[in-house]
Amino acid sequence: MDRRVDDEEVRHVASLARVDLDDEEVALFAEQFADILDYFDALDEVPEVESEAELDNVMRPDEVREGLTQEEALQNAPETEDGFFKGPKVG
Amino acid sequence: MVAEDLNAFVTREELEPTGDGPLSGRTVAVKDNISTEGVRTTCGSNMLAHYVPPYDATVVERLKAAGATIVGKTNMDEFGMGTTTETSAFGPTQNPAAPGRVPGGSSGGSAAAVAAGEADLALGTDTGGSIRCPAAFCGVVGIKPTYGLVSRYGLVAYANSLEQIGPIAPTVEEAAELLEVVSGPDERDGTTREPADGTDYASAADGDVDGLTVGVPTELLDGADEGIVETFWDALDDLEAQGAEYTEVSLPSVETAVQAYYVIAMSEASSNLARFDGVRYGQSGGYDGNWNETFARSREEGFGAEVKRRILLGTYALSAGYHDKYYAKAQDARAWVKRDFDETFADVDVVASPTMPVPPFELGESLDDPLQMYLADANTVPVNLANLPAISVPAGEADGLPVGLQFVAPAFGERTLVRAGSALA
Repeated sequence: MDRRVDDEEVRHVASLARVDLDDEEVALFAEQFADILDYFDALDEVPEVESEAELDNVMRPDEVREGLTQEEALQNAPETEDGFFKGPKVG
Repeated sequence: MVAEDLNAFVTREELEPTGDGPLSGRTVAVKDNISTEGVRTTCGSNMLAHYVPPYDATVVERLKAAGATIVGKTNMDEFGMGTTTETSAFGPTQNPAAPGRVPGGSSGGSAAAVAAGEADLALGTDTGGSIRCPAAFCGVVGIKPTYGLVSRYGLVAYANSLEQIGPIAPTVEEAAELLEVVSGPDERDGTTREPADGTDYASAADGDVDGLTVGVPTELLDGADEGIVETFWDALDDLEAQGAEYTEVSLPSVETAVQAYYVIAMSEASSNLARFDGVRYGQSGGYDGNWNETFARSREEGFGAEVKRRILLGTYALSAGYHDKYYAKAQDARAWVKRDFDETFADVDVVASPTMPVPPFELGESLDDPLQMYLADANTVPVNLANLPAISVPAGEADGLPVGLQFVAPAFGERTLVRAGSALA
């Protein structure tokens, strides 16, 4: 029987989610995802339900307020330079 | 058992009150996904093992102003993802009420701290039952408030549309007192509301259930363990002797609530946890390679298996081709659950069921089978999907293990829950 989720598909989703996985995790997740997704199939039986959203927009005046200081904003960064976050190159 | 053995706290640190009030002289433990200025807030994760928030969550400000002494940050399933407090990067918490068993999750540290007397009161968070489950497993009281009653400002988000902060306490009255302190509107959380009849909850703990009508959904009893069902009915007989009336009701939508809950929670988690990139905070992946590579590496190292599982499944459920099959259908299921409860509350004041369909797991029992763990949430998740309030109170024991009884009320019906619960505990 074909597995519902194969290793390649788990690797693809992991790359979309930006989470590296080792081979053992890929194999385990492929097996578990098959079971979990089979279970989620019960949602196919759910009737369409009109959901009347009782939502109101909550607005506040757009006023300048005190925020974090630059020092506070940077205090948890693994690396900073000249008051900026230091990260890897993009692209 | 000596207190240190429980592993209820990730960080023990005393934070002094800033004012006097209803919590003066009392100690409160705070779940480790609620921000405390200057004290690390790990969410039970290696990703945030060294993260120190520069500000207090609104609920923490309110605790301090009400005179509470905060005694530490409690252990939890990583980012709130789990039903046993075993997915914490800081090791599992022990259940003081059932040695060798889990305290429930994800607020297991908070419930264990209260059950063992290591704190007078505690705050937990409840996304799919994470306050009520550990309250039931540890033999204490937990309240999941109506969505919008308690500010989530400063709570590290897991699934925003479902989660609320709420109290855990030895008695219903004390839980109500803590809820009074933390509830009410907050301009920093636009989803908070002022309940029409105020936030005076403790005075409702008068145990007066004369004339209260209780609906018992057959669907939530069918799957429960025999001993738990017996204890549940004994508690209902007790309520009946005090003047309450019960009737069986049907909530057909709850049959797909667990699936809907996990699809929605995982989808929201996959989006919320994208912020942990190891650059602004969190475990760093180092700087070899480009952004995506370093990002993926920091998340491989920082997140545990359950968190990865949910991020990946959430990403899958939202991806092209699967969005309609999973996410859109889960939203339909959510609307169906809401409608079912609305119709039921036309006939009864509260809905009652066992909080958990199973007794506390033995440590290690559920870790290899995530689906088994998800199924244990069948009775609690419908409440979060419908944004309703619920309370878990001790109902007795089955085979020497604590059993919790859950009451659910209409939105902002916390006074009714406190009244009903106080008749039992």
